[in-house]
Amino acid sequence: MTIHISMKVNGKAVSADVAASTTLVEFIREHLRLTGTHVGCNTAQCGACTVHVDGRAVKSCNMLAAQASGAEVTTIEGLASANGDMHPMQAAFKEHHGLQCGFCTPGMVMSALELKGRFPNATDEQIREALDGNFCRCTGYQNIVKAVKAGLAA
Amino acid sequence: MQAFQLHQPNSVASATQQRAGKDDARFLAGGQSLLAAMRLGLNSASELIDLSKIPGLAGIKVDGNGIVIGAMTRHADVAASADVKRLIPALAALAGSIGDRQVRNMGTIGGSIANADPAADYPAAVLGLGATVQTNKRAIAADDFFKGFYETALAEDELITSVRFPVPTKGAYEKFKNPASRFALVGVFVAQTAGGVRVAVTGAAGSVFRVSAIEAALAGNWSAAAAKAVRVSADGLNSDLHASAEYRAHLITVLAARAVAAS
Ligand SMILES: Cc1cc2nc3c(=O)[nH]c(=O)nc-3n(C[C@H](O)[C@H](O)[C@H](O)COP(=O)(O)OP(=O)(O)OC[C@H]3O[C@@H](n4cnc5c(N)ncnc54)[C@H](O)[C@@H]3O)c2cc1C
Ligand code: FES
Ligand code: FES
Repeated sequence: MTIHISMKVNGKAVSADVAASTTLVEFIREHLRLTGTHVGCNTAQCGACTVHVDGRAVKSCNMLAAQASGAEVTTIEGLASANGDMHPMQAAFKEHHGLQCGFCTPGMVMSALELKGRFPNATDEQIREALDGNFCRCTGYQNIVKAVKAGLAA
Repeated sequence: MQAFQLHQPNSVASATQQRAGKDDARFLAGGQSLLAAMRLGLNSASELIDLSKIPGLAGIKVDGNGIVIGAMTRHADVAASADVKRLIPALAALAGSIGDRQVRNMGTIGGSIANADPAADYPAAVLGLGATVQTNKRAIAADDFFKGFYETALAEDELITSVRFPVPTKGAYEKFKNPASRFALVGVFVAQTAGGVRVAVTGAAGSVFRVSAIEAALAGNWSAAAAKAVRVSADGLNSDLHASAEYRAHLITVLAARAVAAS
């Protein structure tokens, strides 16, 4: 069964007819070709696929595209400014070596940005708590926490 | 994921009509349990009925000496609610301890209770506080709601619309988290309610259950020592790669004591 969906992604109105079972991350990556959002586990464990739906961080592999119909979605591609300058949170990850292979990074940045809305002066503990659903297999998290702290302050 | 039909009704009446008489249809709330289970092949459905477009199913209201939480209210919103934090802080803390931030942004109280995962957190609050589950058909007391392993009193076409929690005199929840899944290896909710002391345990058996021996001990003496002095039998408790039944039995008294101390 196909279903008609429409939403705003990174400020742009998009609509499509998709199979009802299409997940939000499939829609983002395979229909919109926005491949910055990554798929690690595809079973709601790792957080690599984190995007914002109406300002809330969610795992886009564990949500139907149809559930986001009518919503405003922001992906990692929506953060940099039009001239290509990185968002301060992205710049902080680069500056503080908050990534190695970079696979988890888009999800980490999206989770960190949601935290900024709730706790602009988050403590290390609040940062770690907010990133509980984002796994990194490379860094050991230390520099990610540092980067998020700097990104929140920027 | 396997193919299915998706309905997005805008009223409770049409949602339950679409569900009626179909073995293989499911309501879809936050999808945090159902969609993951479907992708893993642990669950299947030929039709999903998305509840997110029905107005009025989400929200938190203070109602006399209780709090009414709409079925589609997300865990994150219960955790952040000023009313819940003021009147039943243990419930706000419990909601804030579920899974991770992204799961709490999508997962709903109605979905958690209907799912009745044996290690889920909300069932401990529902049973521990003696809440009432409101459906499109009737009000169900917590003591009659949880029936066993992933089993509830809900009929197939019965939809949870809200849950009413009476405000307790005292209440606290302590969970020993499985560090990987964050589900409860064991979780214990203790409360002093108008109907007496209630102690509900999740994670330890096939379904959430009350421990009358600890309730009796605490009714006479609300203290950590009284809870800790009770011996809970390991009979019928879960043994798995995470913990033996004896370990879980021991944790029940330890966590009950900690919860009393924190209440
Ligand atoms: C990574 C991860 C970690 C998690 N950790 C925890 C944890 O620590 N503790 C915990 O308790 N849970 C945990 N969960 C589960 C989470 O809390 C789910 O949100 C919850 O179990 C189901 O809620 P849902 O809204 O997502 O329901 P769904 O997945 O949409 O539905 C679950 C079931 O309930 C039925 N249903 C949904 N709403 C209703 C309704 N209103 N009336 C009748 N039936 C309904 C559906 O048909 C389905 O069978 C975790 C999940 C994930 C993915
Ligand atoms: S890909 Fe979505 S949580 Fe891992
Ligand atoms: S940088 Fe490689 S997984 Fe995080």
